Amino acid sequence: MTDAKHIFSENMTKEIDLIRSKFPKDKSKSAIIESLLIIQHDNNGFLNDELIASLANYLSIQKIDVYEVATFYSMFNLKPVGKNTISVCTNVSCMLRNSDDIVSHIEKRLKIKIGESTKDNKFYLKDEMECLAACNGAPMMQVNHINYENLTFEKVDKILDEIAND
Amino acid sequence: MTNLCTSTFSLKNPSSIETYLSQDGYSSWKQIISKQIPKSEVITIIKESGLKGKGGAGFSTGLKWSFINSSDQQKYLVCNSDESEPGTCKDRDILRYNPHAVIEGMLIASYAIGASVGYNYLRGEFIGDQWIVFNKAVKEAYEYNFIGENILKSNLCIEIVPLIGAGAYIVGEETAMLESIEGKRGMPRIKPPFPAVQGLYGKPTIINNTETLATVPYIIKNGSEWYKNLGVNDSDGVKMFCMSGHLNKPSVIEAPLGVPFSKLLDECDGVLDNKKLKAVIPGGSSVPVVKGEDIMETPMDYESLMKIGTMLGSGGIIIMDESTCMVSVLERISRFYYAESCGQCTPCREGTGWLYKTLVKIRSGNGDQSDLDLLNKVANQIEGHCICALGDAAAMPVISFLKHFWTEFEYYVDKKQSMVI
Ligand SMILES: Cc1cc2nc3c(=O)[nH]c(=O)nc-3n(C[C@H](O)[C@H](O)[C@H](O)COP(=O)(O)O)c2cc1C
Ligand code: SF4
Ligand code: FES
Repeated sequence: MTDAKHIFSENMTKEIDLIRSKFPKDKSKSAIIESLLIIQHDNNGFLNDELIASLANYLSIQKIDVYEVATFYSMFNLKPVGKNTISVCTNVSCMLRNSDDIVSHIEKRLKIKIGESTKDNKFYLKDEMECLAACNGAPMMQVNHINYENLTFEKVDKILDEIAND
Repeated sequence: MTNLCTSTFSLKNPSSIETYLSQDGYSSWKQIISKQIPKSEVITIIKESGLKGKGGAGFSTGLKWSFINSSDQQKYLVCNSDESEPGTCKDRDILRYNPHAVIEGMLIASYAIGASVGYNYLRGEFIGDQWIVFNKAVKEAYEYNFIGENILKSNLCIEIVPLIGAGAYIVGEETAMLESIEGKRGMPRIKPPFPAVQGLYGKPTIINNTETLATVPYIIKNGSEWYKNLGVNDSDGVKMFCMSGHLNKPSVIEAPLGVPFSKLLDECDGVLDNKKLKAVIPGGSSVPVVKGEDIMETPMDYESLMKIGTMLGSGGIIIMDESTCMVSVLERISRFYYAESCGQCTPCREGTGWLYKTLVKIRSGNGDQSDLDLLNKVANQIEGHCICALGDAAAMPVISFLKHFWTEFEYYVDKKQSMVI
């Protein structure tokens, strides 16, 4: 598509081209969000300057345009994080069903504070989690964007054990 | 209780096109095409049905469609599947259990407003489930030629395109969503111009909620009178109610507008452990809280909720029992709006910060009576002074919590601890 400098695999450029084709020809910026999501996924869950510059080059847009998006949306990580992302919703419906205890339980179990990754880099406990639209399953969490609902300590232990042994 | 958007939910393989077709799915779309029903007629049917937007504001859908700039230029439809209003969990179920109703609704809406492209914007956190299901459904509908070029040999071309966000509550606001689709930060635009005149890429655009659009095929199929008669007074039709919080069986229930609150409560087997109902937020965290006893016999419709000083909003009903500390709930709600304010308007940016910090101060036992007055004052200064409705959404909980639970807040600043613990 373009010969500008980038570090993407052929597969990745194909995927980006597909995303690009969802929008009118002159609207490359529209492809930033979804492209960043797959690029981040492909890079162990975080973005860096090189990847951001690559996407800007590949889409023939300014690096600052990509940075604006990468810094605005909460799902983008600009620093390395643990391999499996745990997001516990702590908004009202979940709070009423003791989501704060679930967070404390995970913190104790993984020996980290919310917002941190474990030493072995297996888990990242994401901070500032808002309502994940599963309020009727409260308390709930997402691990790698898969929902786990009606949580109990036992259930959390089992889920984390399974993922840790994967 | 009444099944429109939820009609496939309990079936086997609810999201597959075969299931939807077995329920007479896509019959509305086929009928519009085969009978060449004029666009204006489709809009009239939706207008007369009384369908109101289910995303929060409750604006007449038919009327909104009629505002579309009809000049001969590119137009867009956008389906708002950003579902992020705390307490709301209905669109996620429609997307994963009845995605074809969303697609059919998007097709009909696109046709009615003359759009050749309909984008469905799903919140980023739906990427592991709903995103996959919805994409598969779109692929199926293309294979059946309900979408795409020369739809069912009619010369009609409409593309339905799934999009994904990356985490930001504010993107649920319609103009912020347009900014986001354009690949920018999700900052709401100043209105006017309204999207129906100048929307996505500057072109006329209609934005509707997922539930709104998924309801459309059922109205076309059964007629506007049928839909209207399901509801009460000016609240026509049905709504999905998301019941969460202190309940024995939290559930999403589709029911006629005007259903008594007590009936919804019964459907959820009552308050958790049969405790006493203390308070209810009936329309997502942005609407005013009411006391349990004031809502018990209230019919759940736009007018009745207005009468008791609150709103139907998104249909996210949050139930709080007698053990709930209202001060900590309000602190949590205020943290949310503070975190999610996009920061463009000074009253919202500064005000949400003040509200949250003041509530933290009170909760940590360092507050006094003057802080309660400050809360009221700041909330009143935000309301009505902002670009988008997030400012109001941050203010309304504060004003209503203080109004209905003043003694509990006073107790907290007096005794430096919660009244309920
Ligand atoms: C801060 C804010 C967040 C919103 N979030 C959503 C949302 O998540 N989903 C939604 O459908 N509408 C949301 N809305 C309402 C939209 O702006 C818009 O009114 C709605 O999508 C129109 O669809 P409807 O008429 O079918 O309800 C939000 C509004 C504001 C101010
Ligand atoms: S009211 Fe708040 S969220 Fe809305 S545009 Fe203004 S600063 Fe942004
Ligand atoms: S409040 Fe936790 S999922 Fe909605």
